[in-house]
Amino acid sequence: MDFHRFANPARFMRMSIPLLRVLAPAAAVLLALGLVLGFQVPPDYKQGMTVLIMFIHVPAAWMAMFAYAFLAAASAVALVWRHPLAEVAAVEAAPLGAGFTALCLITGSLWGAKMWGTWWVWDARLTSVLVLFFLYLGYLALAHAFDDRQRGLRAASVLALVGAVNLPIIKFSVDWWNTLHQPASVFRLGGPTLSTVYLWPLLTMALGFTLLFAWLLVLRMRAHLMERKIETLRLVAIETRQTVQPQEALS
Amino acid sequence: MSEYLAMGGYAGFIWPAYAAAVAILGGMTFLSVRRHRAAAETLAEIEKARKA
Amino acid sequence: MSAFLAIVRRDLRLAFRQGGDGAFAVMFFVLAAILFPFGIGPEPELLARVAPGILWVVALLAAILALDRMFQPDWEDGTLELIRLSPLPLELAVVAKCLAHWLVTGLPVLLATPVVALMLRLDPASLPMLLLGMALGTPVLSLFGSVGAALTLGARRGGVLVSLLVLPLEVPVLIFGVGAADAAVGHEVGRAQLLILGAMLAAALPLCPLAAAAGLRQALE
Repeated sequence: MDFHRFANPARFMRMSIPLLRVLAPAAAVLLALGLVLGFQVPPDYKQGMTVLIMFIHVPAAWMAMFAYAFLAAASAVALVWRHPLAEVAAVEAAPLGAGFTALCLITGSLWGAKMWGTWWVWDARLTSVLVLFFLYLGYLALAHAFDDRQRGLRAASVLALVGAVNLPIIKFSVDWWNTLHQPASVFRLGGPTLSTVYLWPLLTMALGFTLLFAWLLVLRMRAHLMERKIETLRLVAIETRQTVQPQEALS
Repeated sequence: MSEYLAMGGYAGFIWPAYAAAVAILGGMTFLSVRRHRAAAETLAEIEKARKA
Repeated sequence: MSAFLAIVRRDLRLAFRQGGDGAFAVMFFVLAAILFPFGIGPEPELLARVAPGILWVVALLAAILALDRMFQPDWEDGTLELIRLSPLPLELAVVAKCLAHWLVTGLPVLLATPVVALMLRLDPASLPMLLLGMALGTPVLSLFGSVGAALTLGARRGGVLVSLLVLPLEVPVLIFGVGAADAAVGHEVGRAQLLILGAMLAAALPLCPLAAAAGLRQALE
C-alpha cells in the first residue's frame, strides 16, 4: 500500500469529507441497532439483566485496548517514517481512548458492584485497565506539556512506544499479582460460552463503538490540521505586518 | 413499564452505566463536533480576510 | 570507557558538592517510611505485613524525586550538548547517568533498608529477598526514570509530569519486588520473582537508554 499518497495533509482533508459522511450515519445506525438488540435479550440465569451492562463494558474495554494499539502503531510510524499525519492521528486518538477506558472502568465498577458486592475490586482486568488509563493520561499530559506543539507530539510518541512495550509486562504482572491475592473464584463472562442471544448485541455495539471512534478520530484530525493552519496563517500575518512597519516608521 | 425500568432490581446499576455511556460518548462527540465547527469557521474567516 | 566514567564521576561530584544534596533521596526514604506507623498504627503484625510494600513504594518515590536533576541542569547549561557531541554514544551517556542516579539514590536506599525495615517490624527472614529484589529493581527504576526525565526536558511542570509518566511503568517492578519479599515471609523461595526482576533489568538496560536518548535528541534540536 502506498502510504505516501495519504501523507499529504491537504489530500487527507479532501478525502476525509466523504469519509465523515459515511462514518457518522453508519456509527449511529449500528449503535441504535445494538441498543435495540440489547434491550430485547432475556435475563441471564446468573446475572439477571446486568448483562446489559456488559454490552457497554466489553466493547468499551475492547476500544480502550484497540485505541492504545492504534496510538502505539501511529507513534511508531511517526518516529520511524516521519509520516506527517501519524502524530496527529496518535494525539487525537488518545483522548478517545481515555474516554473509552474511563467508561470501561465505570461500567466495570457498576457491574462488579452487583456481581461481587463491592464498588471496586482489584481484579486483574480492572487493575490493568486502571494502569492503562494512567498511560493515556501520561501520554496526553506529555503531548500538551510543551509550548512547541511539535516537540510535545514527538516526545509523546516515544512515550507511547515505551508504554506499548511495557503493557504486556504490566498485564502479566497484574495477572500474577491478582491470582496470588484473589480470594474468590474468577468471574466468568456470562457463563461458559456466550450464547448467540448475547453475542449479536455485543458485536453490534462493538462495531458501533469502532465506527464512532473512527468518525470522531477523523473529525478531530481535521480540527487539528485546521487549527495548525490557523496558527500558521496568523503567524504569517503578523510577520508580514512587521516587515512593513519599519519602512513606515522611516518615512 | 415501571417493572421494565426496575430491571429485576438491578436498575440502580444498569441505568447509571448507560448514563455514563451517554455522558462520556456523548461528551466526546459534542466536544469534537464543537471543536471542528469552531476551527472550520475560524479558518474560513481568516482565508476570507486574506483574499480581501 | 573513560568518557563513561567521567560522566559518572562528574554527576557524583555534583550530587555531593552542595553539602550532601545527594543525601536527600535517602533522607526522604527514611522519613517517608517512618510516617507509616504514625498513619496506620504501631501494631507489629500489621506493620510486618505491609513493610515490604511500604519500603518498595517509598524507594520508588525517592528514586523519582531525584529524576529532575538527571538531565535538566546539564541541558540548561549546555553540558548536554557537549555530551552529545562527544564520541561517546548518547545511549551510553544515558547509562552513565542512570548509574550515577542509582549510586546516589538506589544504593543509599538499599543500604538504609535494613535499618528502616527493622523499624517497620519486617520479618527478618524476608530481608535478604527484599534486599536482593531491591538490588535488581532499583536500577530498573533509574532506567525507566531516565526515559521520563529525558522526555520531559523543557516541559512545563516537568518535575511532577515525570512522576505521572514513570509510575505506571514501574508497577511491575513494585509487584515482583514485594512478591519476592512476601514469598520469603511465607517461607517459600521468591526465586521466580527475582528472576523476573533480573529479566526486567536485562531488558531495560538496552531499551531504556534508546528511548531516553531519543528524548534527549528531541530536546537538543
